[in-house]
Amino acid sequence: MSQIDSTGRRGEAPRRNPGDRGESGGREAAPALAALGVSKRFGVVRALDDVTLTVRAGEILALVGENGAGKSTLVRIFEGVYRPDQGALMAAGVQQTLRSPADAHAIGIRVIHQEPDIIPDLSIAENLFLGDFRRIRGVFLDRADLARRTRSLLAEFGLENDLSPWTRAGDLSPAQRQLMEIMRALRRGLKVLALDEPTSSLTEDEAQRLFRVVRRLRDDGVGIIYISHRMREIRDLADRIAVLRDGRLVDERPTHGFPEAQIVQAMVGRPISDLYERGPRRRGEITLSVQGLTTKRVHDVSFDVRSGEVVGLAGLVGAGRSELAEAIFGYDRALAGSVAVDGRPVRLRSPADAIAAGIGFAPEDRRSQALLLLRSVKDNISLAIPDLISRFDFINDGAERRVAGALVDRLRIRTPSLDASVSKLSGGNQQKVVLGRWLARRPKVLILDEPTRGVDVGAKAEIYRLIAELAREGIALLVISSEMPELLGVADRILVMAGGRVVAEMPRDEASEERILSRAMADNLTAAATAQ
Amino acid sequence: MTDVKMENVANVADRPVRRSGLGSLIERVGTHNFSLLIALAALIAIFGSLRPDVFFLLRNILNIGQAIAILGILATAQTIVIISGGLDISVGAMVGLSTVCIALAVGWTNSPALSILFGVAVGAIAGLVNGLIITVGRINAVIATLGTMAVFRGVAFIISNGQSISIFDPAFRFIGDGKILGVPVTILVLVIVVVIFLVLMRYTITGRNIYAIGGNPVVARLAGLNVRAYQIGIYTLSGAAAGLGGMLLAARTGSGQPISGSEGLELEAITAAVLGGCALTGGKGTIIGGLLGVLIIGVLDNGLILTSVPTFFQMVAKGVLLIAAVIIAEQQARRYG
Repeated sequence: MSQIDSTGRRGEAPRRNPGDRGESGGREAAPALAALGVSKRFGVVRALDDVTLTVRAGEILALVGENGAGKSTLVRIFEGVYRPDQGALMAAGVQQTLRSPADAHAIGIRVIHQEPDIIPDLSIAENLFLGDFRRIRGVFLDRADLARRTRSLLAEFGLENDLSPWTRAGDLSPAQRQLMEIMRALRRGLKVLALDEPTSSLTEDEAQRLFRVVRRLRDDGVGIIYISHRMREIRDLADRIAVLRDGRLVDERPTHGFPEAQIVQAMVGRPISDLYERGPRRRGEITLSVQGLTTKRVHDVSFDVRSGEVVGLAGLVGAGRSELAEAIFGYDRALAGSVAVDGRPVRLRSPADAIAAGIGFAPEDRRSQALLLLRSVKDNISLAIPDLISRFDFINDGAERRVAGALVDRLRIRTPSLDASVSKLSGGNQQKVVLGRWLARRPKVLILDEPTRGVDVGAKAEIYRLIAELAREGIALLVISSEMPELLGVADRILVMAGGRVVAEMPRDEASEERILSRAMADNLTAAATAQ
Repeated sequence: MTDVKMENVANVADRPVRRSGLGSLIERVGTHNFSLLIALAALIAIFGSLRPDVFFLLRNILNIGQAIAILGILATAQTIVIISGGLDISVGAMVGLSTVCIALAVGWTNSPALSILFGVAVGAIAGLVNGLIITVGRINAVIATLGTMAVFRGVAFIISNGQSISIFDPAFRFIGDGKILGVPVTILVLVIVVVIFLVLMRYTITGRNIYAIGGNPVVARLAGLNVRAYQIGIYTLSGAAAGLGGMLLAARTGSGQPISGSEGLELEAITAAVLGGCALTGGKGTIIGGLLGVLIIGVLDNGLILTSVPTFFQMVAKGVLLIAAVIIAEQQARRYG
């Protein structure tokens, strides 16, 4: 079986038709799973409308579309979570009725969800093979066998040196959990594997390992359904791309005949002229100044951000970017160094100090760090401006609604009302609520950690436009992102971090993905070497 | 599924949400509170039809009010603690401690006002100790207050020598059995406390922030809130409320008893709060809900006595009915929520 070049270079990856691979010669591979005229309604909402889509054995089919387009609904129908109102599912040449995920598993369909489902207090091995333990004399757990099987799975992902089979699953990083979820699906009899945004928490390196595994599965004849918002990896990986919009299948073509602009246009239903807006900007005085900042995970970091400037922070996951942001914001204790805003030093004891100095921070994980999921859009926006909406601690409801309403309008947050629960909003709108919280304070410095994670293309464009707009208004922005094109698109200047240090700084016109990556990785290796 | 909901939200973004009469009423009261009202009405209907001669008498209704006054204060305070993501198991012991301290203070000072202040202050200090242990010591609230529960109870026994201390001051006793404009003083105290808590949780930044730290302390801290200060304040408030509850108990019984408040008072307060819609994970609950929870318990107690259910059976019936009420409330919440 041929091993495909796994470096995943852009643009030059050979595209092959599913038919001309392997021994089968020129014939089309058999359908592994097909939806025939599937429709599904939830109340008045038509989630899927007469969708006919086939996944062939031995191909990677990318499923793209904005949030709400129906991708997840379709996958959940494949998984047996929902049953279609109309239409049928075909697998292994016969019509299937799936009543539960167990039914789907029985015919070899597995789905990897975005949020891994693990039992934190069990080991990796126990999590992987739960329900499939081999026993000695019918009673005792065969630990040696369990460890052997786990090690061989870990080896496939190149993790055998990093992780023991008996590592507690709760101690794994988000990326490692994601990989574990994928390992769990790699059972015998696997026919169709659906992955729902599997790389959203993976580093470049881990993502490449995942792609290698996905390609190998494809070559072994598994039909792969791959959902992602990342255009680059879709183009790298997929044999065919299907676009859903408003519950309908609007386009479906082989990857090589489907340029990116057309994919995006099919997704949003209109052409997107330019994702990144970049008007003339005036850089002002130094607004944020960080000198020798050191924490447990960040070492001697110094840099400035000027008013009206967007500085991008690049690096691999674990390079210390989020930790740097948390240190500047006073969330993580600084051991040494100083932060100043407009020349005035900021005492870094708590986020309250940073906020008082004019810093705002939209953290990486919206749901666990930024949003009160039980509260309304209004309450989430006004959380950091108690002084502006109250008198003697009593909330002035009118003032609060005016402030929140103005921001909902300005940021074009799509919500049924100010009082709607923020948990009901899409990822992009949730992110805008978080931005609204800080804009309400009119900050001087705004730190955005992965501002477009889990956000669909349309909302991404809006967030980029907003970043540009805020810069024009004179805010100093520090943007952390793992998506290189995004960083290159929004930032005026890029700092590269590795091993908790800033290892390179480059203006935008000198920066390229290759340069950033080579610095981030080279210095990561040196840092690892010196640490030992 | 989430995908679908988002789309739904996006489509209706510009339309105001309008509902039918019953729907808007439910929305205003809150779905959970609405189901609690139904449960309460059902209990009143049952006991009212079983003992129509007594149940609806003003005397009986005031009886119910007096019986729940202390629990009402503790449960609404507990509601605040639970909303903030904590739990205070030591409230029963703080009530006992406070009755003893008040009884002693009345003896020393002969001033009911000073004694009441002293009792509430003792409760507040005990609560402050809880708050400091939980925040500075970073100890789980359940464990911390289980520990202090034993300590406070022990202190109450030590300073009273294990004896009940009688209170003879008539002005102080008035709080326990007196009436103002026909309303028992204890009920008035309850109403005042509930109104203060209600305003605090609904209309102030402090209340909003208590929901925030209970909903997600990381989010709260990253939004600039001093989470620890809030927690310390909340446990102090819970202690002060227990002190006030102890004051009412001392006034009603005319004594300070180290053992008082030990018959599962803290569990009843927690039960009422949870019945009232608090999530033990924090961030969710209402003062009105907590009060409705207390009313349900009060009506249940009263009704079971009126219908002459034997004491041991009362306990069983109470447990069963409480669970049934929660099940009904949950189902209602799911239907309308």
